[in-house]
Amino acid sequence: MKKTFKLEDLDCANCAAKMERAVAKIDGVNEVSVNFLAQRMTLDADEGNFDEIMQKVVKVCRKVEPDCTILL
Amino acid sequence: MKGSLSKKQQRHLIRILAALVLFFAVFITDKAIGLGSVFDGPAAWVFPFCLYLAVYLIIGYDVLFRAARNIAHGQVFDENFLMCVATLGAFALAIYRGATGQEIEGFDEACAVLLFYQVGEFFQSYATGKSRKSIAGLMDIRPDYANVRRGDSVERVDPAEVQIGEIIVIQPGERIPLDGIVVRGASSLDTKALTGESLPRDVGEGGSVISGCVNLTSQLEVRVVRAFYDSTVSKILELVENASEQKSKAEHFITKFAKYYTPIVCAVALLLAVIPGIVTSDWSTWIYRALSFLVVSCPCALVISIPLSFFAGIGAASRYGILIKGSNFLEKFNRADTFVFDKTGTLTKGNFAVAKVSPAARREEILRLAATAEQGSSHPIAVSIAACCKTPYQGYTLTNVAGEGVVATRAEDVILCGNERLMARNHIDVIREEGLGTVVYVAHNGAFVGSVLIADEVKPEAKEVITALNGMGCRTVMLTGDNEAIAASVAKELSLTDYRASLLPQNKVEEVERLLAEPRKKGAVCFVGDGINDAPVLMRSDIGIAMGGVGSDAAIEASDIVLMKDDLRGLPLAKRIAGKTMAIVMQIIVFSLVVKLAILALSAFGIANMWIAVFGDVGVAVLAILNAMRVNSRYQKVPKKKA
Repeated sequence: MKKTFKLEDLDCANCAAKMERAVAKIDGVNEVSVNFLAQRMTLDADEGNFDEIMQKVVKVCRKVEPDCTILL
Repeated sequence: MKGSLSKKQQRHLIRILAALVLFFAVFITDKAIGLGSVFDGPAAWVFPFCLYLAVYLIIGYDVLFRAARNIAHGQVFDENFLMCVATLGAFALAIYRGATGQEIEGFDEACAVLLFYQVGEFFQSYATGKSRKSIAGLMDIRPDYANVRRGDSVERVDPAEVQIGEIIVIQPGERIPLDGIVVRGASSLDTKALTGESLPRDVGEGGSVISGCVNLTSQLEVRVVRAFYDSTVSKILELVENASEQKSKAEHFITKFAKYYTPIVCAVALLLAVIPGIVTSDWSTWIYRALSFLVVSCPCALVISIPLSFFAGIGAASRYGILIKGSNFLEKFNRADTFVFDKTGTLTKGNFAVAKVSPAARREEILRLAATAEQGSSHPIAVSIAACCKTPYQGYTLTNVAGEGVVATRAEDVILCGNERLMARNHIDVIREEGLGTVVYVAHNGAFVGSVLIADEVKPEAKEVITALNGMGCRTVMLTGDNEAIAASVAKELSLTDYRASLLPQNKVEEVERLLAEPRKKGAVCFVGDGINDAPVLMRSDIGIAMGGVGSDAAIEASDIVLMKDDLRGLPLAKRIAGKTMAIVMQIIVFSLVVKLAILALSAFGIANMWIAVFGDVGVAVLAILNAMRVNSRYQKVPKKKA
């Protein structure tokens, strides 16, 4: 399933790249793209446990870039 | 400028300015009277240290905080952390010097590094915010509401709630929320946001309207034919928003580079501090040099300005009604060296029109006679003649002669209008028309009057565009289902490099595949079509370009670049935008790397101090961003004609 999320306060391009790398490592994530300029994250993950994966994504992002929040 | 800043940016700016003022106040007094000599004794360094530390904390408390927090999160190689190490290290060195009775210096550097780092950060956030807004302005075509006629009243609802078949009312000045067909009213539409075309388009009853246009003159009632998620405006927004997700090779290179750059610079800095330190035991010199390294260790200038350039390029293109579906296509399009065109509907208008009337002196009369005979027929040829003459004679009896033409009679008056066979059967000598296309001969009362040549019209801008593309060193190839003679004449007229005639639709894919298979250095094959029946070719080619994308879903989906306006001039324009974007991307990459490496080398040898390092680093970032913003400058609407 593919879903797009808006990101708030994503201030640095390098952090966006870091978030992308970190999220990509999560189990069940097929593809992820963090777009610094559009302030969006497009996540393609397994449909079955999408919510579970999403929780992990939020956690990982908070770790990498605490200023940035994912608007669910 | 203030007005365009967010609250957060304003606070940031005020803090930077305050810190700058304080910093220079302290710095100038320090240099003028020497703060270190205000008090005597071994602890003289404490006074300047406290002043500088105050400035340092004002400007850098958030950096310190973030660095600490990120370390707690296990994120070590983070720019905040590196800045802290560099500046706190500089402070430590200065304290060491002070405590050991050497000349007091170095506090100012620590402050300045952080100060300029913050200036750079602020500038980055301002610049990206600004270009994000300018792109967002382009996407400001999302309709907020729809006025639906339900029963006797008109309700204002979310466009997504409107069902297919409902009637919506659009007042002048409002944006059309959904695609539909006009059932009542006539008006002009501003399609600029969609196509870049500044001339308004007229619609009347029965005409179709597309969402995103603005109704200009009078009220329209429209029957909705497509649900919101399916409507043109949603499709375009989706496309533009997704555009920057297709990353180009340059962007991939930068992210990869950034991943290794920081750890490598840090490692080298560590070695630089430790090894010569052990060898020479001149620790403070080498630690100082290592700290300068850390100042330039953030690859931010590159990481931010490359996507920004692409974003700006895509944005600039969309202002001219050219939608590019991703940075990778922009990159590839810059390399495009072969343009394959579909003929009908792309190079030509795809409709029949009167191309020539001979003798030209009697044009009015010939067309009027022909229109009289052909009136009432819906045959494309008849329609094209009728389009040229609005005032045919009335009262004629029309008789269709199958395969030959029409005979129009009114009392003794006879107009013959048809092909050579019709003329020959009526023993009329004709002056043969040799032009390509369908020829209609006209005779009046037994005498030959003249002939009308009907042909598919070549688009007026086609020649100019082909010449421009040829001038850019591109090959231009036309594919057509027409016969050899017509293809050759069009190819010659437009000075196309090459053409392939008598192709069936499936042959077009084969031809494109043949072109793709040709050995080439690094060029790319573009296919330009109108999106009708050529989706397979659009997909197969390196870059599929669809013309007149407004309202054609298949074209928007199958292609990589969409020319919203049915105007070929978008091609050279897009090529120039792509060229400029890639040139700027290359400039930024080379320039930033060279400057960074130069600073690294110079500080390793102790030639550059921390001041130069931070100026260089922030300066490169600022210049790179300014350069990136240059992509989104104005492009001439019409490409220069070759002399």
